[in-house]
Amino acid sequence: MTARLPEPQAIASRDGLGHLDWLEAEAIHILREVAGQCANPALLFSGGKDSICLLRLAEKAFRPGRLPFPLLHVDTGHNYPEVIEFRDRRAAELGERLIVRSVEDSMARGTVVLKSPTESRNKHQSVTLLEAIEEFGFDACIGGARRDEEKARAKERVFSFRDSFGQWDPKNQRPELWNLYNARVHQGENIRAFPISNWTELDVWQYIEREGLALPSIYFAHRRRVVRKNGLLQPVTPLTPAKEGDVVEEVSVRFRTVGDITCTAPVESTADSVAKIIEETAVSTVTERGATRLDDQASEAAMEQRKKEGYF
Amino acid sequence: MSAIEHIPEFENDVPPGENRGLLRFLTCGSVDDGKSTLIGRLLYDTKAILADTLHAIEKTSARRGLTAADLSLLTDGLQAEREQGITIDVAYRYFTTGRRKYIIADAPGHEQYTRNMVTAASTADLAIILVDARRGVLPQTKRHSKLAHMMGIEHLVVAVNKMDLVGYDEATFRNIEAEYLHFATRAGITDIPSVTVVPLSAVNGDMVVERGERLGWYEGPTLLEILESAPVAHAEHAEPFRFPVQYVCRPQQSTDPKLHDYRGYMGRIESGEIAVGDDVTILPAGRTTRVEAIHLGCQLFERAVAGQSVTLLLEDEIDISRGDLIVAGKVSHGGTPRIATELRADLCWLSETPLDPRRTYLVRHTTRTVKAKLAAVHHRFDIHTLERQQAAQLGVNDIAEVSFRLAAPLAVDAYERNRATGAFIVIDETTNNTVGAGMVV
Repeated sequence: MTARLPEPQAIASRDGLGHLDWLEAEAIHILREVAGQCANPALLFSGGKDSICLLRLAEKAFRPGRLPFPLLHVDTGHNYPEVIEFRDRRAAELGERLIVRSVEDSMARGTVVLKSPTESRNKHQSVTLLEAIEEFGFDACIGGARRDEEKARAKERVFSFRDSFGQWDPKNQRPELWNLYNARVHQGENIRAFPISNWTELDVWQYIEREGLALPSIYFAHRRRVVRKNGLLQPVTPLTPAKEGDVVEEVSVRFRTVGDITCTAPVESTADSVAKIIEETAVSTVTERGATRLDDQASEAAMEQRKKEGYF
Repeated sequence: MSAIEHIPEFENDVPPGENRGLLRFLTCGSVDDGKSTLIGRLLYDTKAILADTLHAIEKTSARRGLTAADLSLLTDGLQAEREQGITIDVAYRYFTTGRRKYIIADAPGHEQYTRNMVTAASTADLAIILVDARRGVLPQTKRHSKLAHMMGIEHLVVAVNKMDLVGYDEATFRNIEAEYLHFATRAGITDIPSVTVVPLSAVNGDMVVERGERLGWYEGPTLLEILESAPVAHAEHAEPFRFPVQYVCRPQQSTDPKLHDYRGYMGRIESGEIAVGDDVTILPAGRTTRVEAIHLGCQLFERAVAGQSVTLLLEDEIDISRGDLIVAGKVSHGGTPRIATELRADLCWLSETPLDPRRTYLVRHTTRTVKAKLAAVHHRFDIHTLERQQAAQLGVNDIAEVSFRLAAPLAVDAYERNRATGAFIVIDETTNNTVGAGMVV
């Protein structure tokens, strides 16, 4: 055990566990089921807030032992440097193994072919992820997806079966009853396990506050040059330069999700602390993906389509 | 549909003790009963629906020639479902009131009904059964109620919806209420701790979150008040301690010499509670020892209760591995849990491929998996009436009382006494698919 131990405690709520305690206990149970049932799992860690929660849950689940899985990040090469720096620092602090596989390597191999040099690499992560699964022989990948994010996710299992092409078949999912998860797969098949399936964006922020979790700086309000497009703020970066006729403004923004630069937009905000972000989230009028994801606006079923192709 | 300023304000700072945790419930009924509209109303009136989602359904409603937003569109599902015009699977949805977080399991009404409802009910504390006020108690109302009862749901709420279409008439409601309670008594489901019947109009919002003006004769709680006050699982009566071991932590390679002998048994407390110093028995082997410490990460606990995931350290070095069950006290022969090599259970068959008595299956019970073979089909329950009938075969969506012969013993409780140690799933060894759901009799 670590040197400093808090006072022994018991839970206080008169009705059993508070909602964060319940969600935490459920997620730990799921992580331990992955460890107990799967021979060679990996935890997908991007440096984003959901996977930061996953890491804390994994610490609680398995300390004082080491985590029974490596961390895996599929890097598009188009991530914000603050997030990549955070990812590396956090993995080093924990003393756990971090595997990074890059979409650029898949492009060099010729397994990812972009339609044009400027096409977003986001959806091509699926190819690189499947290549990493094959390279290391992972039989399960633990991800931070939540059912409240998107309607395709709302119907996905906690233990989601993927065939040897990484495909999700929404019409042919395994029944999932009680907390009896079935992670059995044949060689080459794969389970995607989602311990925080039942968490909402607000739960994630409340957990970050309660646990005092550190986050990459771009989650907090900062000034950034942006262009307003289709109701979203498009950050002006070397990858996404302002086009002729664009009106560039500098506004106070924060990111609600972090991902590939080409498809993640910040929101206008002055919230510079977790407490202020919780306040904003509680009264927000726009969904997380609606406010921030350029990739989900393409069609009503964009996420469903990507998941069928092996996206996490 | 009412205007947006109708949204109530919920307090974000709930005083300690007022946090009522988390409640899981399912909604049973078909689209015709207004189930989607009711869920939409709950989400909308508790502010779980945000402007961009609302804007999207307003656009779709307008395209379909409707003058107001159709709240049922909020539960519209997958592209695969829209293409076929059916709902194929259970969807999970979330809202919070600040006092309590809710998880709704929304089971579709028609396709694969038994399978979906059994899945949704398996994790629910409460079931809302929808009745159309114009049509009253129907065979499906009774079927949903019996299934909910069979699945161990503790609280039934019968929502008599579409009161607006019967002129908010009290007599209509009272007749339905009386008929339902009569049925419930006869069907033996009044041993469910609570059955509540509530009139409402999901379309207009009366008695869902707000009382509204039009049901003044009704003095009972609104639907949300019922949800807010329903006790969560394990809260109502003392249950024995059950702790299936998921994983054993042995960090011998650690540089810390103190950890050299560390053996932590990791799992989630499925029922009851445990404190440092308590006697425990390891099943099925039957060895006894005492709890030395309770950990979670770097936290230490004096005691822990149902629902918590923890790590137990025990006084004696005993060979314990994943699949073992730790229970409180010293378990005597013939006591509970029972050590079984034959399981008698209600079995719901979930696969399109019928149960084959010649084949060997896997039974997963808590964290233990054993080989199993069908020994007998005692009787099947008629899917509409749940009356017993003779049968030898078991196909998809059938429910039957069966016996399995097990290749190794399991420590089981009756499902009606303990959902976690009374439930199991059946896995097809060839496809690895989950093909059955069982409840120990």
